Amino acid sequence: MTEFALRMIGVSKSFPGVLALDSVDLDVLPGEVHVLLGENGAGKSTLMKVLSGAVRRDAGEIELDGQRVEINSPRDAQALGVRIIYQELTLVPYLTVAENIFLGHEPCSFPGLVDTKRMRDDASQLLQTLGLRLDPDRPVREMGIAQQQMVEVAKALVGNARVLVMDEPTSALTNTEIDELFATINRLTARGTAIIYISHRLEELTRIGNRVTVLRDGRKIATHRVGEVDIAYLIRLMANRDLSEHFPKRRVPPGRPLLEVRGLRRAGVLDDINLTVRAGEVVGVAGLLGAGRTEMARAIVGADRRDGGEIRINGEIARLDHPADAIRRGIGFMPEDRKTQGLIQMLSVGENTTLPALGIFSRGGFLKRRAAAAMATKLVQDLRIRTPSIDQPVAQLSGGNQQKVVLAKWLATGADILIMDEPTRGIDIGAKVEIYELMNQLTARGAGILMISSELTEVLGMSDRILVMHAGRIVAEFDAAAATQENVLRAALGQAA
Amino acid sequence: MTSTFGRRQFGTLVGLLALCALLTILTPHFLTVSNLLNITEQTTINAVISVGMTFVILSGGIDLSVGSIVAIAGVCLATALQRHMPLPVALTIALGVGSACGLVNGLLITVGRLAPFIATLGMMSIARGAALLYTDGRPVSGFDASFRALSTARPFMIPAPVILMIVVYVIGHLVLTRTTFGRYVYAIGGNEEATRLSGVRVGIHKTIIYVIAGLTSGIAAIILTARLNSAQPIAGFMYELDAIAATVIGGTSLLGGSGTLAGTLIGSLIMGVLRNGLNILGISSFLQQVVIGSVIIAAVLLDGILNARAQRARARRTSAAAPPPKAAV
Repeated sequence: MTEFALRMIGVSKSFPGVLALDSVDLDVLPGEVHVLLGENGAGKSTLMKVLSGAVRRDAGEIELDGQRVEINSPRDAQALGVRIIYQELTLVPYLTVAENIFLGHEPCSFPGLVDTKRMRDDASQLLQTLGLRLDPDRPVREMGIAQQQMVEVAKALVGNARVLVMDEPTSALTNTEIDELFATINRLTARGTAIIYISHRLEELTRIGNRVTVLRDGRKIATHRVGEVDIAYLIRLMANRDLSEHFPKRRVPPGRPLLEVRGLRRAGVLDDINLTVRAGEVVGVAGLLGAGRTEMARAIVGADRRDGGEIRINGEIARLDHPADAIRRGIGFMPEDRKTQGLIQMLSVGENTTLPALGIFSRGGFLKRRAAAAMATKLVQDLRIRTPSIDQPVAQLSGGNQQKVVLAKWLATGADILIMDEPTRGIDIGAKVEIYELMNQLTARGAGILMISSELTEVLGMSDRILVMHAGRIVAEFDAAAATQENVLRAALGQAA
Repeated sequence: MTSTFGRRQFGTLVGLLALCALLTILTPHFLTVSNLLNITEQTTINAVISVGMTFVILSGGIDLSVGSIVAIAGVCLATALQRHMPLPVALTIALGVGSACGLVNGLLITVGRLAPFIATLGMMSIARGAALLYTDGRPVSGFDASFRALSTARPFMIPAPVILMIVVYVIGHLVLTRTTFGRYVYAIGGNEEATRLSGVRVGIHKTIIYVIAGLTSGIAAIILTARLNSAQPIAGFMYELDAIAATVIGGTSLLGGSGTLAGTLIGSLIMGVLRNGLNILGISSFLQQVVIGSVIIAAVLLDGILNARAQRARARRTSAAAPPPKAAV
């Protein structure tokens, strides 16, 4: 029988309201690159967090080299030789390569006294075995992203890593840099290190992977040898979920264009974005994390700089250099993170609700407190926001009710163009349906909605048209009737439609 | 929370009253009309500066330059009086110099994107140095004694500076609670990015906040100059720390977004009563510093402990209300 470097057996994890992992199995052989595939929210990162001890599993077992182990904290994982390289680099820019590699594990000649020479020698040796030509004395901040990534790899290998997890390691790399990284990975596997590789770039799968496991909705769907299956089949596996969720979508015949974006650019982030949102329409925006969807929304409302392009509102060219301009033109923006961008947690429900509309509820700079309170009270009732009063601090509301307060802000300004970034993220199913109903009411009244969502079923269930973004561009557009999970996901992965 | 008087301010008031009760027991000289008036009068300068400081701290910033601004505004005022400029002109100069320093702070922070700590640390040194340069390090005095009336007059038996302080607090309170600007001060301190995304031009409002801090320092300079009948370039030394202490003791969060001027006024009074009481009790000025420092730390520690406890209680309530997570199969 083969000895697995790592086996995860029946791992389950639930968060309030969500079953994030449902009895997932995963095994990795020594010297193997095992690719983990799945769309946003499929459970890849939760599974890796369980492995690294950052999240506690509810059920299941983990074995390393056939031995059952307990991993309850990142420390445990490290001690057992399980290392993770996250997408965001975690190096200290002002320290040298050697100092970064040994951070927290410095070789000492005397307790507390770092043996600099040994540290440098050890670092050189480690870099050499990895085939990396890096100067151990160079400060990390002077190096490019790719080289920093290599330092991360070296750092992860201090103290003999048995299992190495790489989360989207190539997302910031150029082609030659990717070649370099893959050469390093090959050297590692030759030494017997087991690698779990997470990537949205399917073309990398065939180049580097030995086996691939597909996750969907927190469940393991299948594990295959890379040579045995083609990419189209894998995409089907990732996408094919049952559309049992209920979407109360009501269609309204679209009216005149409310928002038109032409040739919107932001260097290195967005390229030639063109879109139109008509009255009564929900335009869904699908795409994987990092495709540029949030960046697009922020550039449209003037929250971030634009490097080119034109925005028309009701057919007229509009200069939107600050969110205030967008609000004056009738745009409302619900940011992706209500806690840090959508709401001011210390302020009350009423104060949050009327914040963008204070211009309406004041005269000569003085608040019309009664009018503002009346509006807030009316919106709390209309949106059925469950709060003891409008004076309740918004931090004390549930996620779904907080999200409704974010929406209420834009109803208070009378916005007729709503840009919603992940409008139902992290809220329970009941609140989701309420948000969908509110979207229906808005479009029935002639508002237009641009809805960014990482939930494919939501995009398919609530949109009239669907735009798909990949690498900062809109790469496909589907009519709701023509869109399927498979062709949307294929476009989002950058595969030709 | 923008309510005038929260649970936190109530706690501070209880602290102030307890302190007064203790001093009344310890010494017969504390609870007399003249001593209480004396305390209030001595508190005015710190209290007025603390109004501006409260605006700044509410917005999530800090202003270390207020003490030095008191000095530069004071010597400019005194020089104007020395040259026999009309009183309104001289007062306008004091307020203008204070506001101008605040404007520079504000622009450095918003346009220059400097951390408030750094911008105002620089201004603290620059304004102090400018005051010393301008006066050659000597006090400015020898102007008409009628100016002293601003300090000594007692309309309705109440010292004029106290009336001025009350006016500043009432205006400040109205601005914070009744105007859009006041609402934005809390919003910016609570979450600057969310405020910007709500269409608020954060930069302009932040700049105005530092102008207000400069302006209240200018007002304090007028009171101080009138009281001493001269202006010192070394005046206002370390006043910024007293103002920060009064604001924080008064329940304004150093992280911004929460606090009230009522709390700040009580905070200043606590500082004033404490100083006065320690003096009456004949405690050495060296020991006084130790006591005052300890009170500041104790007040904020206590606040943190009470806050954490309230938060835990709230978390318990919410988790009890929410259904337990679905068990894994």
